[in-house]
Amino acid sequence: MRLKASFIAVMFGVLSTTAATIALSAPQVLKIVTHSPLSGAQSTTGETIKFGTQLAVDDFGKILEPYNAKLVLQAEDDQSNPTVGVANANRLIGDASVIGIIGHFNSGVAMATTEVYAKANLVMISPANTNPKITERASTSKIANRVCGRDDVQGPAAQSFMSSHLKAKKIYVINDKTAYGSGLAQEFEKASRKAGVQVLLSTGVDEKETDFSSILNRAVIEKPDVIFFGGIYSQGGLLLKQMRQKHIESVLLGGDGLDSAELQTIAGAANIRNVYFTSVAMPLNQLPKAKSFIETYKTKFKKSPDGFAVASYDAAHALILATAESLKAKKGQAVDRADIAANVRKVNFEGLTGTIAFDNKGDIKAARYVVIEAGATPAQNKTAAVITK
Amino acid sequence: METSIGWQLLPMTLADGLSLGVMYAIIALGYTLVYGVLGLINFAHSEVFMVGGIVGVELLIYVLTPTSLHPLIQLALALLGAGFAAAAVAWGVERYAYYPLRSRPGSGSLAPLITGIGVSLVLMDTVRLFESFFGHFERPFPSIAWFEETYAVSEHLILSYKSLVIWGLGGGFLALVHGLVNRTRWGLALRAVAQDTHAAMLLGIESRKMVVLAFVLGGFLAGMGGVLYALQFGKINAFSGFVPGIKAFTAAVLGGIGSIPGAVLGGILLGLIEMLAGTYLPLLTDGAIGSEYKDIVTFLLLILVLLCRPTGLLGKPKAEKV
Amino acid sequence: MIRKLFNNGKNQTTFALGAVFLAVICNIILATQGINNSFVVSLAFLLLVSSLYRLNSSSVATWARVFGVVSVIFGVLPWIGLSRLDYLDVATQIALFATLAMGLNLVVGMVGLLDLGFIAFFAVGAYTWAILGSSQLSEIWIGFAGLPGWSFFLVLPCAAALAGGVGVLLGLPVLRVKGDYLALVTLGFGEVIRVLLNNLDKPINLTGGPRGIPSIHQPFAELATTVAQWSGIENYRLQALAYYLLTVLIAFAAAWVFNRISRSPIGWAWEAIREDEIAAQAMGIPRIRMKLLAFALGASVSGMMGVVFAAKQTFISPDSFDFNQSIGILAMVVLGGVGSLRGVVLGAAVMVILNVQVLKGFSSTLAALKASGASFMGSSFTNWPPELEPSKYERLLFGLLVWWMMIYRPEGLLPAKRPIFIRDDNHVA
Repeated sequence: MRLKASFIAVMFGVLSTTAATIALSAPQVLKIVTHSPLSGAQSTTGETIKFGTQLAVDDFGKILEPYNAKLVLQAEDDQSNPTVGVANANRLIGDASVIGIIGHFNSGVAMATTEVYAKANLVMISPANTNPKITERASTSKIANRVCGRDDVQGPAAQSFMSSHLKAKKIYVINDKTAYGSGLAQEFEKASRKAGVQVLLSTGVDEKETDFSSILNRAVIEKPDVIFFGGIYSQGGLLLKQMRQKHIESVLLGGDGLDSAELQTIAGAANIRNVYFTSVAMPLNQLPKAKSFIETYKTKFKKSPDGFAVASYDAAHALILATAESLKAKKGQAVDRADIAANVRKVNFEGLTGTIAFDNKGDIKAARYVVIEAGATPAQNKTAAVITK
Repeated sequence: METSIGWQLLPMTLADGLSLGVMYAIIALGYTLVYGVLGLINFAHSEVFMVGGIVGVELLIYVLTPTSLHPLIQLALALLGAGFAAAAVAWGVERYAYYPLRSRPGSGSLAPLITGIGVSLVLMDTVRLFESFFGHFERPFPSIAWFEETYAVSEHLILSYKSLVIWGLGGGFLALVHGLVNRTRWGLALRAVAQDTHAAMLLGIESRKMVVLAFVLGGFLAGMGGVLYALQFGKINAFSGFVPGIKAFTAAVLGGIGSIPGAVLGGILLGLIEMLAGTYLPLLTDGAIGSEYKDIVTFLLLILVLLCRPTGLLGKPKAEKV
Repeated sequence: MIRKLFNNGKNQTTFALGAVFLAVICNIILATQGINNSFVVSLAFLLLVSSLYRLNSSSVATWARVFGVVSVIFGVLPWIGLSRLDYLDVATQIALFATLAMGLNLVVGMVGLLDLGFIAFFAVGAYTWAILGSSQLSEIWIGFAGLPGWSFFLVLPCAAALAGGVGVLLGLPVLRVKGDYLALVTLGFGEVIRVLLNNLDKPINLTGGPRGIPSIHQPFAELATTVAQWSGIENYRLQALAYYLLTVLIAFAAAWVFNRISRSPIGWAWEAIREDEIAAQAMGIPRIRMKLLAFALGASVSGMMGVVFAAKQTFISPDSFDFNQSIGILAMVVLGGVGSLRGVVLGAAVMVILNVQVLKGFSSTLAALKASGASFMGSSFTNWPPELEPSKYERLLFGLLVWWMMIYRPEGLLPAKRPIFIRDDNHVA
């Protein structure tokens, strides 16, 4: 019978909290939601998405104040898992105060959740999803946007840099068997073969793999000019470290997944030689507008920002501007999500990384790709080349 | 041309496979020791391994590398520290997760399994949170040049001091455990409990103490294994335990779970198979099948072995009591 | 006092019905008032589920039980769900995972075979519909745009048969090994399936590899369009409702079948094998055939759910079928009570609500506190360092809860009535 008593107690609790919640009438609160992995192995990057967005909310939230709206950030954890992401998404579209999503980190999760967002016209601006299909599907064409590049542009850009600057003849292509890494490596390999570069080895390694010796022992003998890695910095740094430990001096080339301060931490500063990665943004230290961003970020979160933090900042900025336009037109009535989604496609402003404007698919209109050469510290990263489409 | 590359690769592949195998063997011992006395798969063992690795690496980064001790002494101290930390965690896991379950009747053998999974999650996230307070996640093994120096046996077999150290230490640990279990009174008691708990208790052996001993010994080994793992692969983080844990568990079963020589044999075999598959699959199929299929090869081999010998390579088939 | 008040059967029924009624009212208020404090919402949801279980306890009149369950599941929930999709999604997930848990319970609980790779069968079903019901094969089979949505209902039984067949194929060699060796072999099998799914984009693109299969056809698309025009409710809400009803129906059907089987001679044979395999064999029970039957049945039900899952998600990738998912389902079974059908359903409900509602709600409530600048014991929440973000504790809390629940109730929340012994020769008492 104790069960019964506690049951009644719980019921009372719920009822009274319900009543209390109804009684509280707050001013209109609007929410920007970041949806990224906050627990698990990818939580470090997932968190920078949240931090970058937080700074944008702090800096630009006041844009919405004239329309009697208070902007807050709500951070959701998708655990890098599509099932969890979809469950969250179903909850988020039911919350009328959510104006848009900044996320995801994993393309696999974004592919699943965008189908849900699309039902309620909830706009998503992704700082990290480079899978071409994200903006190519008819069902989600109105709401899926991204401020980062696409694999089918990034891969060929890396290849053209490799052929023109590194003059590579024989290469290895490795991918981490994730949606991001395999997509990027595939596009890169396709472009390389077309350009007549000899691909000695093309293989995947599980994303949790830490042992690259079966590949690297072969590289000791075959001496490829370039090892291309489609994957994330945590594995890329390790690959680099093990390469140099086996005295392999090949160039390591990768995509924007390598763009993190952790790359240097994992690989060790002494091993950073001939490491290049592509990015839509210049290195942070070369962006004049990013200076105060970096400082605020460091004091607030006690970490150095990476590319995803900057991209999230710009993405959130775009979302806030689009919402302001929508509220202005509607004279501060309830949020019209379809209108916000349409306005996102119309924004055009100077973000930290350059001009932020979207084409009619939702891809960023960036006309160029930057190849960055990694330095011994992240602050010493420098631009190696600028590849125009 | 292709075949010649294949032959050239063989020595290094075997050497790296051996290093991997030693690592698996060390972790597999922990599974096998606990299974021997309790008949329980300790799911949290992989996290004990991870805690040891993290503690060892932190010790090296903050305490040992700033000193001017010889790299080997630095490593030895880090191994000891990691071993003790991991043993303490293993003791705690036994005391606060498995013991309360064992002392309740009717819990079956599944409840400990799920508890172990719960403990695993708690340990992983606790370590991650702890590290995040310092803004850390990936913990790189500090660059100590000595370990990277190499010794060329032949043109195609170039051994780094690191691998030599891992082989030496790994062999030492395994011999030590073997001696401990087979040559000492504690070992005798442990084996007695493993063979027949009730008979051992009748003879005055405190089975509870032996259970704790199995956990602590397995934990100590796993902790040192964690440091060797970080040394070999270059980094460790709060989630590094999972994959080696599953592989070592596989190794323990391959060799015959509960059997100490079996765990060693299983570990080394598994390491070699994995490395051979990773190297030769893309080479032999000309890239059609990449290294990513190596886990399939591993598991298929395992299933084959178990079909021929249902209790593993060195496991003794148990006479079933009717 | 409470004991005296509710001691006779009539009052029990009144009380239980009253509890369900209150819980329903509570949920309706929350849903219609547009309250988004998800912690409160999830508590209310938990209340609804637990009140159903309260109702289902033995001393309540049958008519009340049927009335309560039917009216909540087919009346109240769809009604609330049409305005609150998150409610419907949680309920759908509960039904889905409850079915998987029942399937696994057949193998683990009834026959006593520990299966650590159960999700593989779910994956087989999901990929069957994903490959057939999308343009995935168009690279190999030029011009194949995928089967139309209605053929979903044809694929459903086919996929169930396929998954059952895979179960038998796996079972034939595997069932020779026993105990923990079996656990490892099934774990290996689960991994092999996942790695295959992840890698079969090369040399031929069958599964899309890690990039998964997008734009899977929807069985209810046309039906929902028609009803939408007629009723004025948006298309996607109707589709969500359709998936909810479908999963609940399959779950009920599975529960009915499993319940009947467990009380038939087959069920007795399974129990005999579980309790003492040699004795069972001596009594003439066809041991291997019985085990295979359990494997196949469990597999086919989860294969069927896989098809529904693929259609509902419209996108699947190997991430949804990893080892952690197998463990998650096993945890539902053990948490609810191995061998107890009602137990595993409750286990599934508790795990799903914990995972997608309670823990999320807890963290967003704390986050809202932090944003509001409230203070606790003199220190303002706003000043908490980012490392103390509540959303980062979700998995930690989950682990602690599982750990604590197992020690508190190792036999599960609703233990099976007859004791379950999984043979354990070396058990230290």
